[in-house]
Amino acid sequence: MEGFHRKPDLKGMKELDNKDITVVVGMSGGVDSSVTAKLLKEQGYNTIGIFMKNWDDTDEFGVCTATTDYEDVRLVAEEIGIPYYSVNFEKEYYDRVFQYFLDEYKKGRTPNPDVMCNKEIKFKAFLDHAMKLGADYVATGHYAQVVRDEDGVRMLRGVDNNKDQSYFLNQLSKEQLSKVMFPLGHLNKSEVRELAQEYDLATKDKKDSTGICFIGERDFKEFLSGYLPANPGRMIEMDTGEDKGQHDGLMYYTIGQRQGLGIGGEGGPYFVAGKNLETNELYVVSGYDNPALSSSSLEASGLNLISEIPETFECTAKFRYRQNDMPVTVTRIGNDEIKVDFHEPARAVTPGQAVVLYDGDVCLGGATIDRVFKDAKILEYLG
Amino acid sequence: MEVGVYADFAATTPMDKEIMEQVLEDAKEFGNPSSIHKVGKRAKEKLERSRREIAGLLNAHPSEITFTSGATEANNLAIRGIVSRLDHPHIITTEIEHASVLNTYETLRDVADVTYIPATDKGTIDTGAFKAALREDTALVSIMLVNNETGVMQPIYEIGEILSEHGAKLHVDAVQAFGHMGIDVKGLGVDLLTLSGHKIYGPKGIGVLYREKDVVLAPMITGGSHEKGRRSGTENSLFIGAMAEAMKKADAERTVRSIKEMQLKEKFLNNMIHAEIPFEVNGDVNQASSHIINIHFPWTDSGFLLTALDMADIYVSGGSACSAGTVEPSHVLESMFSEDERVKKSVRFSFSHLMEEEEIDTIIEALRNIYGRLS
Repeated sequence: MEGFHRKPDLKGMKELDNKDITVVVGMSGGVDSSVTAKLLKEQGYNTIGIFMKNWDDTDEFGVCTATTDYEDVRLVAEEIGIPYYSVNFEKEYYDRVFQYFLDEYKKGRTPNPDVMCNKEIKFKAFLDHAMKLGADYVATGHYAQVVRDEDGVRMLRGVDNNKDQSYFLNQLSKEQLSKVMFPLGHLNKSEVRELAQEYDLATKDKKDSTGICFIGERDFKEFLSGYLPANPGRMIEMDTGEDKGQHDGLMYYTIGQRQGLGIGGEGGPYFVAGKNLETNELYVVSGYDNPALSSSSLEASGLNLISEIPETFECTAKFRYRQNDMPVTVTRIGNDEIKVDFHEPARAVTPGQAVVLYDGDVCLGGATIDRVFKDAKILEYLG
Repeated sequence: MEVGVYADFAATTPMDKEIMEQVLEDAKEFGNPSSIHKVGKRAKEKLERSRREIAGLLNAHPSEITFTSGATEANNLAIRGIVSRLDHPHIITTEIEHASVLNTYETLRDVADVTYIPATDKGTIDTGAFKAALREDTALVSIMLVNNETGVMQPIYEIGEILSEHGAKLHVDAVQAFGHMGIDVKGLGVDLLTLSGHKIYGPKGIGVLYREKDVVLAPMITGGSHEKGRRSGTENSLFIGAMAEAMKKADAERTVRSIKEMQLKEKFLNNMIHAEIPFEVNGDVNQASSHIINIHFPWTDSGFLLTALDMADIYVSGGSACSAGTVEPSHVLESMFSEDERVKKSVRFSFSHLMEEEEIDTIIEALRNIYGRLS
């Protein structure tokens, strides 16, 4: 466990004692943010825990998961000996994240609400709230690293390759990152779990949350149908033109998806290869390696750069969370747009998801995938 | 004592030191007032003395006093005790009652017809609106005396007058009023009135229900027929003694305490003006009890201000706390104002004669710092 007591390198802060530095920790009631708060407290920071309530999921008995999560925040904060508070961002979350989420689905794309939540809520509304309360830094339990040195601010991947969350943080500006600490970035998840046991934190045995936070354990289709009208249509085999039956609504499917199509048997397995919003048809193809799922380049907008890049350069990129990096050539084609050429064909690149660029372990930034091409020809049914 | 400034005396008060000592002394007397031996009779004598003292302070008869576990139970007993004896009665209450009244009526929705009167932007119930809501068959009226969030006094006397020729029973939650104003149940014309120990420097877990002798209540808690069958369970004689003591003291020192609270409130408002902190008072300050003031700060929302003040070790409140620790808008302010902004950006300060003048300076200083950081 060497190294976790290391102080973050805080430019211009070296003369200050940690106790004079106020760090507000975003505490979710999970094990990662619990350990984050404990580590900061151990390092002597003036540590304050704040729970964010972003979604009202109160059931008919008046119980919401936020209540039990907040209860865990309370237990951990009392164990650690830090003040704890709560803040309500339900409106901000609905307006800036959930609305985007619905709009993207309406366009037939596959949104990434976690990227938007980090950009708009955790590192904007919450950061702003913490700064107004007098915080010097905001800390979260994300697996990523922030480096502050004479060259400015950079973001690195978390050392745990399997947990690295820099993909979700690609839209953070340098300004935002300059006020952020990720105390878990140099730890493996297993080490974090061990620390939670060692410190005997109330949340030490809590399971990691899965899925999109506001949907939780609920059925995704059922959830989405409560907000967007489902419009069933035909499912067409792209290569043969064969009608494969009915789909439940284009919004329920994402490119490359295999599960939930309800078609099996001969010729399968089948995968989603495209959506036609005009005819309301879902295109499927047979076989994981079907050429229709493969692409060679993409165009993306909403570019956010954490580190400067030249007009054209080679680096690696991720098109999805937890995917291996692919070697690419990036060309800037507009103010906030890039073209990304893949050195090898990529499978199931999906509009709406983020393309995130890396130079070694440095996360350079990212953009939102708009269009996907195969040999310079647009794959128009990807959304 | 806690570090920092506690200005949330409407939420609860610290227990009076003399009463604390008395409780420790009285705890030695362990008898059950229902026992017929000498130990029990001593306890009974003490219990009934407390009842007589409390009745005296309210201008009531001792048989009209029932002890409960607190004002929430007392309000429940007053309401349920009447409603359960009637067939779908019409009831009038207000939108600004305490949760122990509002949520009780909410659960009785299917067995009673309840009319809710909104508050005006001054924080009061309009007697005209009350008259308009009153029906020939109205059986019960529940209106609080001093609102716990704004401190504004409700026109109970006028409502009592209106009801003097009417059969409806008048139930008054006087939890925030006792000790800040004289309460004469006969003079006010009330039939049911509730009080709480911990709002008047007594212990938590003790409440009083005054019930005019002709009002019949069905019990909620049945058992050994204590409290003349109205509320079973061995009497909390220790806290009943403390309640009587707290009430006697609050009544005797009422003027002195109220003047001190008023001075603190005035200083608070004047110093905010001097410090150029933008604010508006919610509710009519001229009709408010001496200890509570609700302030609208147009420059920040309640949740943020409460957190920032707590970080500065200043303890106040606003709205109602949700189970996830966030602040839900006050239903009282929602009734008074149509603008969402005003409701969401308001905080309650409540003062006590125990506070030092310097503590007001500390609050103002903190408010100025927070305001400065935001602008």
